[in-house]
Amino acid sequence: MTELLASLGRTSLASFERLGRGSLFFCAVVARLGTLLPRLELVLAQVWAVGVRSLVIIVVSGAFVGMVLALQGYNTLVTFGAAESLGVVVAKSLTRELGPVLAALLFAGRAGSALTAEIGLMRATEQLSALEMMAIDPLSRVVAPRFVAGIIALPLLAAIFTAVGIVGGYLCGVGLLGVDDGAFWSQMQSHVALGADIGNGVVVKSIIFGLVVTWIALFEGYDAIPTSEGVAAATTRTVVNSSLAVLGLDFVLTGLMFN
Amino acid sequence: MKITRTVEIGVGLFVCLGIAALVMLSFRVANLNAVSTTHGYKVTAFFENIGSLQARAAVKMGGVLIGRVTGISYDPKRFQAVVEMRIDDAYKTIPADSSASVFTAGLLGEQYIGLDPGGADTYLTNGAEIKLTQSALVLERALQEFLYAKTAKGSESTK
Amino acid sequence: MSTEALVQIRGVSYARGARAIFEAIDLEIPRGKITAILGPSGGGKTTLLRLIGGQLTPASGQVMIFGRDVNTLSTPALYAARKRMGMLFQSGALLTDLDVFDNVAFPLREHTTLSESMIRSVVLMKLEVVGLRAARHLFPRELSGGMARRVALARAIVLDPEMIMYDEPFAGQDPISMGILVRLIRELNETLGLTSIIVSHDVTETASIADQMYLIAGGKVVGHGSSAELLASQQAGVAQFMHGNPDGPMPFHYPGAPYLDDLLNPTST
Repeated sequence: MTELLASLGRTSLASFERLGRGSLFFCAVVARLGTLLPRLELVLAQVWAVGVRSLVIIVVSGAFVGMVLALQGYNTLVTFGAAESLGVVVAKSLTRELGPVLAALLFAGRAGSALTAEIGLMRATEQLSALEMMAIDPLSRVVAPRFVAGIIALPLLAAIFTAVGIVGGYLCGVGLLGVDDGAFWSQMQSHVALGADIGNGVVVKSIIFGLVVTWIALFEGYDAIPTSEGVAAATTRTVVNSSLAVLGLDFVLTGLMFN
Repeated sequence: MKITRTVEIGVGLFVCLGIAALVMLSFRVANLNAVSTTHGYKVTAFFENIGSLQARAAVKMGGVLIGRVTGISYDPKRFQAVVEMRIDDAYKTIPADSSASVFTAGLLGEQYIGLDPGGADTYLTNGAEIKLTQSALVLERALQEFLYAKTAKGSESTK
Repeated sequence: MSTEALVQIRGVSYARGARAIFEAIDLEIPRGKITAILGPSGGGKTTLLRLIGGQLTPASGQVMIFGRDVNTLSTPALYAARKRMGMLFQSGALLTDLDVFDNVAFPLREHTTLSESMIRSVVLMKLEVVGLRAARHLFPRELSGGMARRVALARAIVLDPEMIMYDEPFAGQDPISMGILVRLIRELNETLGLTSIIVSHDVTETASIADQMYLIAGGKVVGHGSSAELLASQQAGVAQFMHGNPDGPMPFHYPGAPYLDDLLNPTST
């Protein structure tokens, strides 16, 4: 019993300690954002790495999610004779929840894990130490550009995911299931609000998710034990922790935004 | 990583695509060009009962969207619901004695304010009050009245 | 003598967790000479280089480089000091997403405002020194270990430092690349007037180029002198390491309870 309590205490202390180090890391990175201003091309390269390279998975998933939403929504709505509201259902679910959340989860799996592995390997192969010895601060030169790129890339990816999803839902609902073309769009337009749904959902949520996922990924990589096992474990932790963080935060944000 | 031409063009396209998606969401999905709630002039109306009318609900005239409900509150002196709405500046010539009613779109749809034009020569202006109002049809109350009338009738006939 | 010393380590102790790596060691690295620091694996030799580079802070004692205590320097001053020293990591530590040319050009691009054509001439010159000018378009993954180390060497000298630290430069090298590296280190030291610190456990190669050697074991300096002096030393620990005897003051067995105890006591794990 005491052993159980002790191990619980140990685990909690260890996670608090990690949280503390993670926060210090976050502050250190934020403090160095200013050094990026004359070096925007570094951010550009990272937007390519985390954004453009995640595009395929985002577009494909977005299309399928939209089509499935249309199929499922249609089945439910048609029993109430409200199939015209399909556009609203698809658009609201995508803009408020599925767009930002699924894009963030995919981003964590595709770009987050890659960031952790990259930084972790740079640590393991002494590249970060070498930078320090070359009088180059790895936090400004390596971490900060990736951090900014993540925050820029995810909102764009979420917007693309949502738009592609709605088009997918349209193709499936109107093209396949025979929902009225005009009703699909007009119902959507009268019920989806620019600020409340698209602003809060797609833009604000995904900026916050981008920040959190990128932060976790970079911290895990930077903090990884510099061995192959250490980097592998850190990569797994990135995907697990950032997915949980996204889902948890989504609940809190939804509570704050839509109530 | 070396910044190559491909990277530059790729990132440029990516950013354009993202912005295009946002623009598509704004105009095609959310209808940015619909009546906004920050412009136009303010009008208030008092109702006995507004049913489940909510802020941002539509204000329609002849079925055309002309404004939005901006605020709902309760006046404790008059024991009435106060509905504030903004009407787009494009519709400046609504007669001052027009009436407002709370309607429901379809059987289960959401509720909106419908304006019926009166015959006055003066028009509604900023801060004006719509005097003639008609409350929402509350289903429970309507059913209650119907059943009450029915039972009253029934008990009469059994006498 | 103290004006001659580029790096002075005075009474430095350092511990990683509960394990003491150094206990009050004193070292002096004279300017313009090759100083070798020998010691068994896991003896904290790399840690010593990190202490000199200011990447680690000692628990007690002072690390003086260029006449100033490294741990009291502000970050800009520390970075300025680091520009005056180069370090060759054991793995080379080349940036994996840059090719050889860009790796060598990296410190120049970060720290100077030289034009691209100037950078090109400097980089090609340094690559010529290490004999890899023709390999400048290769990526680190396409290089052998010895080539990667030579590229890293070119990168370490590209800012014309006053001092270079070599971390295990000979470890895991075939005899030919070992010979090349030995020659390069000596030539660089002579032609550029560098101060070199070599951390190694390869006695023969290191002894062939070092002006003076320190032998570190068990967190202490156990031997100091010229290569010849150390090789001829009769001190038991020094002789064991220099000649590679399996047993001596440094035991073959990891310290622990006697074997017999473990055999007779089956409950111990």
